[in-house]
Amino acid sequence: MDMKVSKKKLGLKERYRLMTRDLGWDTTYQPKDKVLPYVGYEGIKIHDWDKWEDPFRLTMDSYWKYQAEKERKFYAIIDAHAQNNGHLNLTDARYLSALKIFLQAISPGEYAAHKGFARVGREFPGVGTQVACQMQAIDEIRHAQTQIHAMSNYNRYYNGFHAFADQRDRIWYTSVARSFFDDAMSAGPFEFMIAIGFSFEYVLTNLLFVPFMSGAAYNGDMATVTFGFSAQSDEARHMTLGLECIKFMLEQDPANVPIVQGWIDKWFWRGFRVLGLVSTMMDYMLPKRVMSWREAWNIYGVENGGALFKDLARYGITPPKGWDDAEKGIDHMSHQFMLGLYQWSFGTAFHSWIPSDEDMAWLSAKYPDTFDKHYRPRWNHIRKLAAAGTPFKNYGLAKLCQTCQLPTVFTEPDDPTLTCHRETTYKGEKYHFCSDGCQHIFDNEPEKYIQAWLPMPQLFQDPIKGDLGEWMKWVSLIDGKDNGDYAGSEDQQHFEAWRGLATTNQ
Amino acid sequence: MQIDLRTVAIEPQRQAFDHLVRSFGNKPASRYQEGSYDIQAAENLHYKPTWDPEQDLYDETITRVVMHDWYALKDPRQFYYSTYTLARARQQETAEANFSFVETRALADMLPPELRAVALAVLVPLRHAAWGANQHNAFICGYGFGTAFTQPCMYHAMDNLGIAQYLSRLGLLLGDTAALDAGKRAWLDDAAWQPLRRYVEDCLVVRDPFELFVAQNLVVDGLLYPLVYERIVDAHLSSRGGSAVAMLCQFMNDWFDETRKWVDAVLKVAAAESEHNRAVLAAWVRDWSGRAASALLPVVELALGPQADEAVAEYVAALSARIVKAGIPA
Ligand SMILES: [Fe+2]
Ligand SMILES: [Fe+2]
Repeated sequence: MDMKVSKKKLGLKERYRLMTRDLGWDTTYQPKDKVLPYVGYEGIKIHDWDKWEDPFRLTMDSYWKYQAEKERKFYAIIDAHAQNNGHLNLTDARYLSALKIFLQAISPGEYAAHKGFARVGREFPGVGTQVACQMQAIDEIRHAQTQIHAMSNYNRYYNGFHAFADQRDRIWYTSVARSFFDDAMSAGPFEFMIAIGFSFEYVLTNLLFVPFMSGAAYNGDMATVTFGFSAQSDEARHMTLGLECIKFMLEQDPANVPIVQGWIDKWFWRGFRVLGLVSTMMDYMLPKRVMSWREAWNIYGVENGGALFKDLARYGITPPKGWDDAEKGIDHMSHQFMLGLYQWSFGTAFHSWIPSDEDMAWLSAKYPDTFDKHYRPRWNHIRKLAAAGTPFKNYGLAKLCQTCQLPTVFTEPDDPTLTCHRETTYKGEKYHFCSDGCQHIFDNEPEKYIQAWLPMPQLFQDPIKGDLGEWMKWVSLIDGKDNGDYAGSEDQQHFEAWRGLATTNQ
Repeated sequence: MQIDLRTVAIEPQRQAFDHLVRSFGNKPASRYQEGSYDIQAAENLHYKPTWDPEQDLYDETITRVVMHDWYALKDPRQFYYSTYTLARARQQETAEANFSFVETRALADMLPPELRAVALAVLVPLRHAAWGANQHNAFICGYGFGTAFTQPCMYHAMDNLGIAQYLSRLGLLLGDTAALDAGKRAWLDDAAWQPLRRYVEDCLVVRDPFELFVAQNLVVDGLLYPLVYERIVDAHLSSRGGSAVAMLCQFMNDWFDETRKWVDAVLKVAAAESEHNRAVLAAWVRDWSGRAASALLPVVELALGPQADEAVAEYVAALSARIVKAGIPA
């Protein structure tokens, strides 16, 4: 007896619908606004969550299968890297400064993204949206963990990695990235999606990961290359999610357009300021450079960003407000920031250094309009001071920007000889900003930004060694080991000695 | 130049990251420790959430459970992303093999019709309950405090989704899309399912992450999984020729055996922490377990009929013993 019932052949899309959005239902025992209390207050109007297009269709069984495959490879490689002293393959231990900044400032951001996506994975009404967000939530904890695991072995041999958890919360420069992620997480679910899905995944990931991972490859850092490549297919999913989310908001109601535009303006500038750190890593901290910050910007900022905004133009979205100011800052920012880092290197848990002749030749070739004119003379001056045994140290930290938390070291968009500084007085209190972009962000939400925690400005300005010592203890910075010039550092001595052991017969 | 770096014996400068040395002593840390401890921002949070300015971004006071150290709630499985994913990848391979075994041998078609009807009636609507569980665990991960406690909840949420998807496939295999439609109608309208749906929806408005942990992961799952998969699927259906259904549910059985150890470990530590915690946990258990038992009774009746009462009572007793063993007073 043939009992076979003929089954409908399900298309992929229909099958995925059954595996995800068909699982949900409209609650009747509890009102919607109590189940999903945060979805309305930002003013975004969604009329039909069913119009959400799944940016990718991945059921959990395939997710586990694909991800496990990648995990196996990743850990096999970093285990081998640790066992075989892979760190001695680095071009030079100067390279590690970039990694230290990454672990202290960026990996905690991966974790914050994990938490934030778990939250929006619960708070959005559409099941399709929720599932996509939840997958990003679990991916992001993966990124935080693979980064920590990849850098764990460097921590065993080099300074500056050991206190990343303390420094994430306390040291001054990490609050640039921390405030970015705290800002995103304290926003509503829709703004969070623009902050992370657009600014972090679109603006930052391209400009951060691609050049950074190629930088790692160029400089012999297999551990970092491995986590970069391993994260790539996750990132592809995250970018399509971010883009789908923007489009969905724009398509649902024309009243959403100005709100989304405001967020794009804000989060472009927020993201761009975090990239101040990246520009410096690229132009100064890679012993063997892949491309300049300017070149990366031309490809990933101008070309990719341009294409994105051309695509969004049909909804009435225009390029972010700060775009032109950003463009004007590109040829300056890495130099301005590295000069800052060098003079405050007593307060950083990584090393900086004076660029060599060869470095300066590269910088002047990559930045023909700015380096020789504005920055070479300053480096030459600093070099003279160092040669005379009186290295340049600035124990007074410049004012920190209330919004982006960077020291106000940047110049006016149209006058590179003039430091840019803006002020707003709010409720009788004066607040300082590095740029128009940051001032606008503050002025739109002053009640939020007056809460910003500014990392220890008083103590830091204080040149008294005792207080500085206390501050260093508080941020778990070991003076003379973690900080200062790379030249003469323990990292340099160790790396050269260990490499010597490997390359000579002693 | 290819240099043989392995031959170089060099002394490490330190064993582990500072925060791990402080917690576990000066020795190499495990990957679980590296990936779990102190990786949530702890100090100098910049802004209050605009969605609830009463809260901090990471706020341990939104639950009534009080822990001196939230990282004490560790996962005995020591799951971090990699070990979690590898474990589930192996299980999904088995599940895949089971599904294709049933499919290629057309075992579903050989099921006695009354057993197929019971399997569909009980299991298919549960895909919605599993989705509810996913919502709760995503919530606990999102708003709970401390990675040791919250990270396994993200894994649990994805497991809940995976289970909802396996149940959907089971429905398609035993009964086509019509079975999923019927299951959803039952979930929404049939009297037998309303108490359970109400339980899930009431949980959707609980915003204390630890209370949700108790209501979902301890109480309702603590009854539902053994009652449905052990008692109904493995015992009742299998003994009547429905072992194909048991094969399709192996993932859920294995999953419950594994995850209950984690749930118990978390509760044990939280209860051992203080008299206050024990009282809070006991009150939650009281509130939710009576409701869970009566919500599951009509579901169990769909399969066991008049024996449902006895079965539910038996598993309620087993759960109570489990809870007492975890140090929560009755
Ligand atoms: Fe990431
Ligand atoms: Fe700024």
